Amino acid sequence: MRHIISILIENEAGALSRVAGLFSARGYNIETLTVAPTEDSSLSRMTIVTNGSDDVIEQITKQLNKLVDVVKVVDLSEAPHVERELMLVKVRAAGKDREEMKRMADIFRGRIIDVTETTYVIELTGTSSKLDSFIEALDKALILETVRTGVSGIGRGDRILKI
Amino acid sequence: MQLTGAEIVMRCLQEEKVDHVFGYPGGSVLHIYDELFKQDKVKHILVRHEQAAVHAADAYSRSSNKVGVALVTSGPGVTNAVTGIATAYCDSIPLVVLTGQVPTYYIGQDAFQECDTVGITRPCVKHNFLVKDVKDLAITLKKAFYLAKTGRPGPVLVDIPKDVSAAKCDFHYPKEITIRSYNPVVKGHSGQIKKAVKLLLEAKRPMIYTGGGVILSDASDKLIKLVRTLGFPITQTLMGLGGYPATDKQNLGMLGMHGTYEANMAMQHCDVLLAIGARFDDRVIGNPDNFGSIPRKIIHVDIDPSSISKRVKVDVPIVGHVPDVLAELLALLEEGQAKPDAKHLAAWWKDIGEWRSKDCLKFPQGDDVIMPQFVVQKLYEVTGGDAFVTSDVGQHQMFAAQYYGFDKPRRWINSGGLGTMGVGLPYAMGVKFANPEATVACVTGEASIQMCIQELSTCKQFRLPLKIINLNNRYLGMVRQWQEMFHGNRYAESYLDSLPDFVKLAESYGHIGMRIEKPADVEPALREAFTKHKNDLVFMDFITDQKANVFPMVAAGKGLSEMILAEDL
Repeated sequence: MRHIISILIENEAGALSRVAGLFSARGYNIETLTVAPTEDSSLSRMTIVTNGSDDVIEQITKQLNKLVDVVKVVDLSEAPHVERELMLVKVRAAGKDREEMKRMADIFRGRIIDVTETTYVIELTGTSSKLDSFIEALDKALILETVRTGVSGIGRGDRILKI
Repeated sequence: MQLTGAEIVMRCLQEEKVDHVFGYPGGSVLHIYDELFKQDKVKHILVRHEQAAVHAADAYSRSSNKVGVALVTSGPGVTNAVTGIATAYCDSIPLVVLTGQVPTYYIGQDAFQECDTVGITRPCVKHNFLVKDVKDLAITLKKAFYLAKTGRPGPVLVDIPKDVSAAKCDFHYPKEITIRSYNPVVKGHSGQIKKAVKLLLEAKRPMIYTGGGVILSDASDKLIKLVRTLGFPITQTLMGLGGYPATDKQNLGMLGMHGTYEANMAMQHCDVLLAIGARFDDRVIGNPDNFGSIPRKIIHVDIDPSSISKRVKVDVPIVGHVPDVLAELLALLEEGQAKPDAKHLAAWWKDIGEWRSKDCLKFPQGDDVIMPQFVVQKLYEVTGGDAFVTSDVGQHQMFAAQYYGFDKPRRWINSGGLGTMGVGLPYAMGVKFANPEATVACVTGEASIQMCIQELSTCKQFRLPLKIINLNNRYLGMVRQWQEMFHGNRYAESYLDSLPDFVKLAESYGHIGMRIEKPADVEPALREAFTKHKNDLVFMDFITDQKANVFPMVAAGKGLSEMILAEDL
C-alpha cells in the first residue's frame, strides 16, 4: 500500500544521503522524495512516498527513527491529511494547439507562467493523480518537458509535526 | 588557553578515560600522532594493518565494556579500516574511530589519500561526523562517545581534516550532552512487562532465548536470577554465549544452524518464548515461515525497536535496556508470589531430557587423526574453562562455540553478524590489552589466521603471550562442508595449497611454534604451552581431520527441527 512518510531531520550536510542510503540498503522503495528547510532553519522536513506491506512500512518508520539525525517520523497516511504536488509542463502551443492548451490548463486549474510564440509553461498543483490525469489528457506529441516536485503532505486539523 | 585540534583530541580521549588507542599513522593524522607522542596517559598500540587496529579496539570493548578507540589515516587507512568497522557494527560494539582527512580546502579535489570517508562508512556506522571547524571538535567527540555506548551501541566515526587538527581554539569539554534527535528508550513499558509476566506464568512449555544484548548490557547476573526463579530452560545465540553459565543444568546450549538438538527442538516446540537481546536472525531460527508456522506466544525484549517484529511477529514487544527490564520482571515475579505450573514444567523438562539424550555433540576420536572438536575440549580442560577465547570464522569457530563452555560473559569473542575471517588474532590482542592478567586463546584455522597474520609482529612488539590454536585441516572447512553437502563434493577453490610452515613462521616473528599431529600429543602440548610457555606467544599448529564436519546442522532456509545430526550420516 502507498504511504506518505513525513520526517523532521536535522538540517545538516549528509542528512539526505543517510535517508536515501537507508532506503537503498534495505531495499525499500521510494516513489517520491521532497526535502527543504522548515521555518526553523536547523530542521528540514522530508516527505517520502513509498510502497510496502504493513510490516515493511513498520520497519521503514523504525529504521528512520533509528537514524541519529532524524528528530521525528510520522506516517501521514495513517490519518486524515492533505497532500499536494506541483508540476511544471512545457507544451507546444502553436497554431490551433494554442487555444486548446489554454483551455486544458483552465479546466485543470493550472496557470500559464511562461509564454513564447510556440510554447507555454503550465504550472499545476494537486494530488499526484490529478497531475497524472492532466498528462493523460494532453496530446503526448505536444508535451515537450515535465518536471514534478514529488508529494508534500501535512496532517489535517490538530495533527502537527513539530518539536 | 587555546589548543590545537590535535591537542583537543588528546584531551578528549583523556576526559573519556581512554587508556588504549589502536592505530597506524599517516600523513593526515600526523598532528594527532605528534600529540600522542608528547603525553603518556593514552597508550598507542601500533598494529601492522588498519583492519587489525579496528578489530583490536573492537575486542578491547567486547572483553571490557569500555569504548574501543582506533585511529587511522585518510584514504587507504580508512578503506582498510572499513572491514573492522562493519564487523563491529553488525555486532553492536561501541567504538570511536578517529580518521584523518585531507585539509578542508582540498576536500573534493581528489587530493592524495583522499576518500569520501563519511560516505564510504555511512552504512556501517551508528553515526559519523566530518569536523570542518576546530570549534566543533570537542563537542563532536563528546557526541561520538555518547552515541557509541548508549542505546543500541555501535561504532561512531569522526573524520578530522588535517587543517582542523592544526587549527587552534579554546577547549571546553562538556560533562553532559543531549542530542534532541536521539533519545534511546531505557525503561520498558510497565503494562507490557505485566503482560509478559502473565504469559510466562501461564506457559506450559516455556523457553528463554538470549543473545548478544545480554552481554553488551551486562545483564548476565539478572538473567541468571530470572532463569533460576522461573526454572525454565534457556538457550543462547552465538553472540550470547557466556550470558548464562554453560555448565548450568537449565542451559540447553547454543541454538541455531549449529545449535544443539535440544535447544533447537525446544525453540521449535515451546508455547511461550522469551527472547532477550536477540534478533531472530537467519542463522538462529532458520526459515522464518517454518518457525512461524508453529503457534507460540513470543515476548521480545530489545533496546532497538527495529529489531522487534523484523523477521518474526512478536506478541509482547518490550523496548528497553535489558537489565532494567529484567529487574522489573523479577520484581513483579517476586511481588506476585505466583509460580510457574510445576506439573507442566516437569513434563516439558522430560521432553527436553529425551532430546538431550541424543547427545548431539558426540564425535569419534581415534588414535591416529586429531579431531578438531577434541582440541577444543582439551583446551577447555587445560584452561579450566576460564580463558578468554577469540575465534575467526568457519568450522573452528563453531567447534569453539560448541565445545568450550563459557560460564562468564565477555569471554567468547568472535564476529557473529558479519562473519569476518581474520578477526581472531587482532581480537586476541585487544582482549589481552583490556585484560592483561587473563589467559587468552585464539581458536583459528589455517585460512583465517593468514588474513591478519602480520599482527604476529605487533604481538612481538608488545610481548603478548597469546596462545594460537590453529585447527589446520588444509581446507576452507566450512566452505568444503557446504560443497560436500550441497554441491556434489565439488570442492571449488576450498583447498589450501602451499601453506606456510607455521612453526617456522611463528619463529621468524620471534614466537614459539609447535606442530601437533597425534591425538595423544594434544593435551601435553597444550599443557606445555599454557604452563611452561605461559609468558610467550605459542602458535600451535594442530593437524586435524580433513573431513570433519560441524553437526548438528540446520541447512540454510530449513526449519529448526529439520536438523542433520552426525549420527544420521
